[in-house]
Amino acid sequence: MSIFRYFRRTKSSTSANTARDRLQVIVAHERSQRKQPDFLPRMQQEILDVIKKYINISQEQISVQLDDSDDCSVLELNITLPEDLAQSSAK
Amino acid sequence: MAKIIVVTSGKGGVGKTTTSAAIGTGLAQRGNKTVIIDFDVGLRNLDLIMGCERRVVYDFVNVLQGEASLTQALIKDKRTDNLFILPASQTRDKDALTQEGVQKTLDELAQTFEYIICDSPAGIEKGAQMALYFADQAIIVTNPEVSSVRDSDRILGILQSKSLRAETGGEPVQEHLLLTRYNPTRVAAGEMLSVEDVEDILAIPLLGVIPESESVLKASNQGTPVILDEDAEAGQAYDDAVERLLGNEKPHRFLDVKKTSFFKRLLGGKT
Repeated sequence: MSIFRYFRRTKSSTSANTARDRLQVIVAHERSQRKQPDFLPRMQQEILDVIKKYINISQEQISVQLDDSDDCSVLELNITLPEDLAQSSAK
Repeated sequence: MAKIIVVTSGKGGVGKTTTSAAIGTGLAQRGNKTVIIDFDVGLRNLDLIMGCERRVVYDFVNVLQGEASLTQALIKDKRTDNLFILPASQTRDKDALTQEGVQKTLDELAQTFEYIICDSPAGIEKGAQMALYFADQAIIVTNPEVSSVRDSDRILGILQSKSLRAETGGEPVQEHLLLTRYNPTRVAAGEMLSVEDVEDILAIPLLGVIPESESVLKASNQGTPVILDEDAEAGQAYDDAVERLLGNEKPHRFLDVKKTSFFKRLLGGKT
């Protein structure tokens, strides 16, 4: 470690801290996916198909998320509806 | 009751085989009858690290397929009493490993051995899954580096869902973190994840920290497990890890920067 680096050292912006922060995010994300039951993507697709029968929406406008807390699980279904609902109804 | 310990990591090149050789030797040195099995079918390397590559006649796959008996395939270590090696096949592929075959071999080994160390191949394919399936304990070898930590977490997920203990709802596989190639100087400079960071992310108990050391390459060059190099920090760190594996408390060493003179640092000398 040279004399320059000795003085330049700052605590928060080191590459090790960047690595730690990135890992915390990705590992937490991958763990939450791991805990999801296998049927979730299939169920998501079927829900989407039902909604598509009535309203014109795309895959990006719907999200299904399962949140596990200590004593209960919450299935969250989020659909972004088009602005003009009557006109965009599927035939 | 024999204890089955898998040494695994997900990522390759982090020190699984070095660790299997060191931990297996350490257990045998303490009087425990130990066998190390190389599960890396097609890419065997444990024999080289243990220095017995010229004594391989039969291998794990020969045993699985009934072409040789266990006694014929087991190689007795020349340096350490109570230690045996079961080499992987170099010519077959991973499909030769079947769950029934592996179980039968492990059951037979469990009758005479106290510790069965399974040296896992890299990846999460069949070879790695077979190596961890029957494990009672797992040593997760991790480097302080992003891809290694992420892969270790992935392997932890597999241990918690696809091992025999997980599938049968038994007691979970006991997990141990072994951090290898640790460089305290770079950690102090903020260039490397610290042991606390990795412990925090993976959230499993720490078995040991092996400092990055020239002696590891030297040991593999010579075909000697690094734990036998008593002067090397890496050898001593593995020795401590074996003690902890056996349930004895040992303070962690080699975590801090070695003290160097002010002038050496001023001149940018290698620390």
